[in-house]
Amino acid sequence: MTEEVLVADHTIEYTYTRSTGPMIGAFLTGLRDGKIVGCRGADGRVIVPAVDYDPVTSEDLSETVEVADEGVVTTWSWNDRPLLGQPLDHPFAWALVKLDGADTSLLAAVDVDDPSKISTGSRVKARWAEERVGSITDIAAFEVV
Amino acid sequence: MSETAEAPGPVTIVETPIHLDYKFTPGVAQSRFLRALERGEITGQRCPKCQKVYVPPRGACSMCGVATDEEVKLSGKGTITTFCVTQIPSPGLVPPYVTAWIRLDGSDITSMFLIQECDPAEVRLGMRVEAVWVEESELVPDLGNIKYFRPIDEPDAEYETYKDYV
Ligand SMILES: [Zn+2]
Repeated sequence: MTEEVLVADHTIEYTYTRSTGPMIGAFLTGLRDGKIVGCRGADGRVIVPAVDYDPVTSEDLSETVEVADEGVVTTWSWNDRPLLGQPLDHPFAWALVKLDGADTSLLAAVDVDDPSKISTGSRVKARWAEERVGSITDIAAFEVV
Repeated sequence: MSETAEAPGPVTIVETPIHLDYKFTPGVAQSRFLRALERGEITGQRCPKCQKVYVPPRGACSMCGVATDEEVKLSGKGTITTFCVTQIPSPGLVPPYVTAWIRLDGSDITSMFLIQECDPAEVRLGMRVEAVWVEESELVPDLGNIKYFRPIDEPDAEYETYKDYV
């Protein structure tokens, strides 16, 4: 005898309220103001987004550095089926973008309609959200220049 | 934020929601249990080896490691074995409210339910309670059919009958 097993749609949802710390706070404050803010690491490199502790020496970091809102794709992959909550609701590229003035790359969505439109080395520029609130979503996506 | 629109202060707090949609498949044993709830009944399953009755049934006895398939219909009455009075609000609940582990008559495992129609100060171990169901027209395959448990006019259960469940 086979009997039908039930299936139901479930949703789990929770909103964390987190304190940002001074440097990530500076990065988010910058986004709200339409700027991308990194910080200077112990070895002089500019790290974007800004981080509170040096990734090598772990020392406190405090010197903010503004970088450009455009840069170069250093690597990427194609997201054919975006999930709820991802930056765009149509297929797009996830890319690591090394912004002009930065020494590290930022993970970002690049809004191109076909994977043939992007490659490593592509120049991309941030498209800002219409309303900026101090969140990573203030960068709606990057576009190929 | 209390800052003015012209000069907002630095961002110090951020909200990061998590959200996951998924399909829950309860398996054969719990599907039977949920279908029974839809009929307004509580059913468990008896282990063929140790005779313990599990509710909700998982389809196997975790102690004996054997499959269970004998369905057992329960009355919906039970005994409070442990409880907690909550003083902080929760969506849909006005404090103070009581949650209790209840051993349903004829079962060998406890389940957690709300206790209502009762002063929280009255709730005690051994208290006899019964399930209060939603209207028949509202029955669905969900444990939410049981709104809560309420006291019944019966003497408290003897400690010996529930001491292993406290
Ligand atoms: Zn058993």
